[in-house]
Amino acid sequence: MITAELDVPRPETHRRVEQVMGMPISLALRGRHACDDRADRAWHVALAILRSADEVFSTYRPDSMISRLGRGEIDLAECPPEVAEVLTIAEVARHESGGAFDVERAGPDGSVVLDPSGIVKGWAVERAAKAFDGLEDTDVCLSAGGDLVCRTRMPGSDGWRIGIEDPHAPGRIVAVVPVRDGAVATSGLAHRGAHITDPRTGAVPDALASVTVVGPELTWVDIEATVAFVLGRDARGWLEGRPGRSGLIVHADGSAETFGQ
Amino acid sequence: MKRISFWALSTVSAVVLLFSYHTSTAGSSGASTSVHSQQPVVSSTEPTSTATSSATSSAGTSTKKSSSASTARTVTGSVASTQWGPVQVELTVAADKITKVTVLQYPSGNGRDGQINAYALPILTKETIASQSASIDMVSGATVTSGGYLQSLQSALDQANL
Repeated sequence: MITAELDVPRPETHRRVEQVMGMPISLALRGRHACDDRADRAWHVALAILRSADEVFSTYRPDSMISRLGRGEIDLAECPPEVAEVLTIAEVARHESGGAFDVERAGPDGSVVLDPSGIVKGWAVERAAKAFDGLEDTDVCLSAGGDLVCRTRMPGSDGWRIGIEDPHAPGRIVAVVPVRDGAVATSGLAHRGAHITDPRTGAVPDALASVTVVGPELTWVDIEATVAFVLGRDARGWLEGRPGRSGLIVHADGSAETFGQ
Repeated sequence: MKRISFWALSTVSAVVLLFSYHTSTAGSSGASTSVHSQQPVVSSTEPTSTATSSATSSAGTSTKKSSSASTARTVTGSVASTQWGPVQVELTVAADKITKVTVLQYPSGNGRDGQINAYALPILTKETIASQSASIDMVSGATVTSGGYLQSLQSALDQANL
């Protein structure tokens, strides 16, 4: 129960957690099918979708489709159609970001390495969230390591309140965004060191501490948060050119600003 | 272009599969095409066959990866309708390999339909909210790996109500 500090009692939120793809997958359900057999089945389907995506796309698995494709052992025709879909999204993202997003990066020996993991997480979670579409009158929030999808289906529901973590003080919230139907993604260096690099220069972006983007589709807000983080001082201008988004930019000096409608 | 070798991934049939996957109006197999009549897609079902070309061909987009045995030709994909608007991709193919991908159309306009009230602007908190606060349901933060999970806010929320 997390109703203690609320003015108006809300239906109980039922939560589940599982580790998949090396990250915590957190599910919150509220409403009619929050804790019944159908919820269990949907949860298992969602996890199976995520595990399947990991098997195809994991760059940590030498036998994954994406690893074999990257080494030239197989071609796209031998991969599941999802690989072509993800690579197309990658190409659109590279185009729209002016090269600030790229699934190709230089390997240690100078060869090109194919790493679409910057797309796959958001894309896979968005697919996995569809497993809950059949739960009538049930609010859903599915998160993979801090990037999440929200659905509001419960009559009279206020939707979800998403806390945006303070990148300078993990454990604290710097902003709250109400989301009924949409997705939230945050990019930064907070939890995994210098993982994001600028594909154009190889440098680690340092102007921003984190960028959060809120929009309809997790696939794209996840990409956009990464692009904006890489763009640094140009992030706001670029984000404002993206329709229908809102979000938060936290600068390296700790100042924070919202953007969007 | 360096990228070329990278996109040299596939036979044309896979490309057709790619487009049909997006439009979901095409046949289920990558072996056939006919997505939209006004936007024909070149089909070549086997790496060894010559294309049954119904679309653009032999554009001057020569690339250094082009095989000496064949000339490059372009394949224009059908316009895939996405939530963000139309997406259309043109491929340059040489020796049954994709040597270049060019995005002809991409979403750049209005994606706001139906999004009103679906989400709002973030509200900066005046006081820092602690992790177990009842006023938030979930946490968005820079990617939390399993290793970092125990320290994360989401962990606190999950444990508060498992």
